[in-house]
Amino acid sequence: MKNWLSPKSMTGIALIAIALIVLPHVVGMGGQAWVRILNFAILYVFLALGLNIVVGFAGLLDLGYIAFYAVGAYTWALLASPHFGLHFPVWAILPIGALMACVFGVLLGSPTLKLRGDYLAIVTLGFGEIIRIFLNNLNSPVNITNGPQGITLIDPVKVGDFSFAGTSQIFGMTMTGPQKYYYLLVALALLVIIINVRLQHSRIGRAWQAIREDEIAAKAVGINTRNIKLLAFAMGASFGGIAGGIFSAMQGFVSPESFSLIESIMVLAMVVLGGMGHIPGVILGAVLLTFLPEVLRYAVTPVQMALFGKILVDPESLRMLVFGLALVLVMRFKPAGLWPSPERSRELSEKPVEVVK
Amino acid sequence: MDIFLQQIINGLVQGSIYALVALGYTMVYGIMGLINFAHGEVVMIGALISITVTSTLAAAGMPLGLAGLFGLVTAMLTCMALGWSLERIAYRPLRGSPRLTPLITAIGMSIVLQNLAMIFWGRNYMTFPPLLPKVNFEFAGTHFTLVQVVIVLLSAALMAGLVFLVYRTKLGMAMRATAQNPAVASLMGVNINRVIASAFVIGSALAAVAGVMVGSYYEIAHYQMGFMLGLKAFTAAVLGGIGNLAGAMAGGILLGIIEALGAGYIGDFTGGFLGSHYQDIFAFVVLIVVLMFKPSGLFGEKTGDRA
Amino acid sequence: MQAKLSVAALSVAAAFALSACGQKEAPAPVAAPAAPETKPEIVVKLGHVAPMTGPQAHLGKDNESGALLAVEELNAQGLEIGGAKVKFQLVSEDDQADPKQGTIVAQKLIDAKVNGVVGHLNSGTTIPASKLYFDAGLPQVSPSATNPKYTQQGFATAFRVMANDIQQGKVLGEFAAKQGVKTVAIIDDRTAYGQGLADEFRKAAEAAGLKVVANEYTNDKATDFKAILTKIKSTKAELVFYGGMDAQGGPLVKQMKDLGIKAKFLGGDGVCTPEFMKLGGPAADGEYCSLPGVPLEQLAKGPEFKSKFEAKFGYQIQLYAPNAYDAVMVIADSMKRAGSVEPAAYLPEIAKTKMEGVSGNIEFDQFGDLTSGAITLYQYQGGALNYVETLGGAPVAPAAEAPAAPTAPAAPVEEKK
Repeated sequence: MKNWLSPKSMTGIALIAIALIVLPHVVGMGGQAWVRILNFAILYVFLALGLNIVVGFAGLLDLGYIAFYAVGAYTWALLASPHFGLHFPVWAILPIGALMACVFGVLLGSPTLKLRGDYLAIVTLGFGEIIRIFLNNLNSPVNITNGPQGITLIDPVKVGDFSFAGTSQIFGMTMTGPQKYYYLLVALALLVIIINVRLQHSRIGRAWQAIREDEIAAKAVGINTRNIKLLAFAMGASFGGIAGGIFSAMQGFVSPESFSLIESIMVLAMVVLGGMGHIPGVILGAVLLTFLPEVLRYAVTPVQMALFGKILVDPESLRMLVFGLALVLVMRFKPAGLWPSPERSRELSEKPVEVVK
Repeated sequence: MDIFLQQIINGLVQGSIYALVALGYTMVYGIMGLINFAHGEVVMIGALISITVTSTLAAAGMPLGLAGLFGLVTAMLTCMALGWSLERIAYRPLRGSPRLTPLITAIGMSIVLQNLAMIFWGRNYMTFPPLLPKVNFEFAGTHFTLVQVVIVLLSAALMAGLVFLVYRTKLGMAMRATAQNPAVASLMGVNINRVIASAFVIGSALAAVAGVMVGSYYEIAHYQMGFMLGLKAFTAAVLGGIGNLAGAMAGGILLGIIEALGAGYIGDFTGGFLGSHYQDIFAFVVLIVVLMFKPSGLFGEKTGDRA
Repeated sequence: MQAKLSVAALSVAAAFALSACGQKEAPAPVAAPAAPETKPEIVVKLGHVAPMTGPQAHLGKDNESGALLAVEELNAQGLEIGGAKVKFQLVSEDDQADPKQGTIVAQKLIDAKVNGVVGHLNSGTTIPASKLYFDAGLPQVSPSATNPKYTQQGFATAFRVMANDIQQGKVLGEFAAKQGVKTVAIIDDRTAYGQGLADEFRKAAEAAGLKVVANEYTNDKATDFKAILTKIKSTKAELVFYGGMDAQGGPLVKQMKDLGIKAKFLGGDGVCTPEFMKLGGPAADGEYCSLPGVPLEQLAKGPEFKSKFEAKFGYQIQLYAPNAYDAVMVIADSMKRAGSVEPAAYLPEIAKTKMEGVSGNIEFDQFGDLTSGAITLYQYQGGALNYVETLGGAPVAPAAEAPAAPTAPAAPVEEKK
């Protein structure tokens, strides 16, 4: 990471770039469903990176992060669908969505500034649920969100006349909707990653780290913990908001069911499993945890047939079971995550002071 | 206005169940600083095991009351073993890790237990056999049943028993010492491992009883019943001040009453704008408001920020 | 750093490799060995989507069983379409009643090049998936999605073989008015289905002159309804309408009785299941519910379907199995008339369907809804569902003379207080 322009780094970057460009076509050979799953994985990368700012950098345990995803998604839905008859273009809605999410981030963060770690967890969890319930019920007396029915026929991302939905011919190649969205998502993801990396190594990033390690000492050194914490919430939320907007556009339909507590927990699991506070680790966590249930969906039946000659447990039940076990096992044997930052794994490999025998 | 009393009764019963479950959370948190997300699942397993045992015995000819008792005891023993194993296998190796690691493990165990239950007991809702005769009481315009009375009294008895245990026995003293300062407690000769294991085991026993209560009260049980219940109970524990027994009990009862009164009256107060469709979040709203003024919960101790 | 990079790359590659392996091992179409006869045999894959895990898994399984029964019967008949012997195969997927999963699974079916889709079960997943099927030109027949929006989107590929919430809610409102009550309380479970049905009921009830004295809400995971029921009790409503599913409806009626509420109870198809009876116990007695279509017993094919189903699967029909069966039959019938199994060819034929299904008369209007939106009302009595009356929709001529069941119900019993 030292010298970006050295020959070794350049080849590495070139290889990764080629892999990224070719990926949707390789994956697409197994069916467009896999490209879709890939797109969801990238959306989760956004979410995981956003949560990583709050949990990983600043050390604030947030269990209601999905609320910002919901805010972003509904902002797009309300501004680009027949519901209100508005059809704003993408370059207007995405910033508005990010801004709305920031606002909510600050709103959610403000009451929590004085709270200790685990109280913070339950309060943020509560906020996540509050947002979801409001979205589910704001259909009377004024119909804002259309309640549990959700909002349909949402506009896809459109640049001029070029729509990202549906198949089109570009440079003589056929590209399906999911493949086009993939490139958009990768471009945005790269931007988000760069912002995150810059943040991590900036004064703000170091202030976050200071608060995470020891809030009192941070205050003593003159860091305005209140503002820095709110900034963490706001920045983290904004990435969630952007992801939410694209999610809305991709699905064409949004409803409160997609933003439940389980989703918040999933994103947290991605961050912790991947390597909290370490950007490459978090990306790995997001991709892995998106693909794992889907891979299990395919693999569970053949594996059981091979081992036992018949289906003992049907795939759906086994999928989540294996997922839970994976969480437990990874935490047991690699508590810093699958790909922790070098400092963390050093910290954690030192034998903790064992009070108990 | 007579429905006010009825709503209080509804809330009291629901709250007693929350309180029982909240005690399990608070004991573990007080000693270990761990939010045991899997605790709600222990409640669920208690309920489902008691259904299986009771139905099997009753079908074999045992009178229902006796079968119910067997079911309850079996559930308690199984849950105690489950709690002990959880601690031993999943949490003990992680002592000393940063706070989030055991949390994710707890979430993972919660998912594992839920899915094991689904595989073993099936996906459908199961009916809970009626363990107590259906006796209805009427008082000042309110209706309540024998089951409700038993729940409230039994919970109160169990809570009193736990308070006795914690404040009048050696084990209880050891638990309190460990909660205050594990290092010094072990220097004083307290076996920390046993104390922690006891906390889990006792909490799980209470959870099993809560599970049987929930099953008897609503007469249904389902592999997903533990999750929401656990969440609400944990909220109750935080509301009362986590780590604090009295807080958990008060928080639980208070939460039940808030939910009942909220669902009943908010609609009237806000002219139909907010109504029972928001009943799931009353608890959270109240929690947030309380925490803004008392950041450690209602009865929480003002623990200074430890450097 | 390099080591970590390769670990990461390896794990991601492994994930993809596994998925690719999984793809190859996905059930390969069962191709019969080249028969010496002149007729080629082709396998026609039909997709089926429903929640197979989660709280509605019992309904998902039910749908799948109904569709499977239809597929097996068709295969037993040895159909010939467009000069080839046709063998149907059901490709079943789980959408977990989650809209996101619904779109993933829909894409999977499109990729697998199925010729038609029976599904999904929930409106919440059917609607987003319908856009994908429309874009792919794949006909979709839902056996149970009742949200009116599904067919209002204007997709030529969207059909349903079940009355929608507008039709059902209207009939329920009229029925409530006929019960001689003046005040109703409405509870819905804040899902797309429950809220949609309750809204339509409210409109119809008010149009019929009833007064709605309470609107209360719960959710689809709740078990405790005492608070809202207490409130309803204080309004002295004479009828309680519940828009939601059996898993909540059962405990709801129990708690109504516990609180001493004497009001009647009326619900939609969500509570017209054996599960409701099981969970409600003795409290379910005397309660009313509705089912779209005409009762199985009154159609010649009905009792036969019921006994075939129970013999094959060993459990009672839960709810929508007859509709799933009909959905498959509609697709097969349209393929026959078009003389082709290709979606583009038989799609126009679906709109012209005119057949007697197990669940009733099947004809589609220009949106893809059933024209004969007949709804039948039932009352639980003594542990069984008793027919009360059929309202709405065109009168259905019974396909055969006398219903097969010897214990055909006598004149419909209507309770008037």
